[in-house]
Amino acid sequence: MIAFLCGLLFALGLGLAGMTQPAKVIAFLDVSGTWDPSLLFVMGGAISVMVPVWRVLARRGRGFGNVRAPVFDKTHVDGALVVGAAIFGVGWGLSGYCPGPALVSMAGATFSPLVFVFSMAVGTLAARLFRKITAAA
Amino acid sequence: MILSLAGGLLIGAAAALLLLAGGRVAGISGILDGALGRPSWRWWFLAGLLCGGLILALLYPAALGPPVASIAPLAAAGFLVGFGTRLSGGCTSGHGVCGVSRFSTRSLIATGTFLITGMLTVFVVERLG
Repeated sequence: MIAFLCGLLFALGLGLAGMTQPAKVIAFLDVSGTWDPSLLFVMGGAISVMVPVWRVLARRGRGFGNVRAPVFDKTHVDGALVVGAAIFGVGWGLSGYCPGPALVSMAGATFSPLVFVFSMAVGTLAARLFRKITAAA
Repeated sequence: MILSLAGGLLIGAAAALLLLAGGRVAGISGILDGALGRPSWRWWFLAGLLCGGLILALLYPAALGPPVASIAPLAAAGFLVGFGTRLSGGCTSGHGVCGVSRFSTRSLIATGTFLITGMLTVFVVERLG
């Protein structure tokens, strides 16, 4: 139930922030045109909440009610990280959608976020297959 | 600006709650990846995301802006976003918010990279297209 509440709050945050308006996202990425810097405040706001949260979690080792802190096993920078992020950026720039806003936008009146999310799911499964093939090779 | 900041704070609060009360990182691409399988807490998170979308559609419909691309480029972009985020292990939320805020080198590099290629793509489409 906590997960449901977090998803709900996350969606409302994205909506308020303007992240679910592809034209606004494109205007943010359009640094050589009429740049709209307001989405910097979205990242800045979210990061400013999370920085002290990580600090507290690192010091205490546990969250509320003995919840364990997540463990991060990957620390090195590799080709998959950089190439994957580069590919993601191209898709983001083409559509103005990153994963969260695309999922939230499925609730809207237009059909196209459904198409986006369907191909995003296909891309997700394709990445799984790609990882399996490259791990075996 | 104020709305963007308020939205950002709310996104941060949601990510903080999931981390402190659930021990999980609010990375949407990873949650979607994990949800394409057996039932788990991720299904609840996605249900919350969709309910949030419905609330926006009812109370603040302008928040769900119209698409900027037609169906074929949108489908291609969706594939690139799904494939790219899972290859790099995160998106705007997982790397951009949760990873950058703990000063993870991987996340800082991933975020810098997708911002640059996103800006380059918009430049090519808007200026040269």
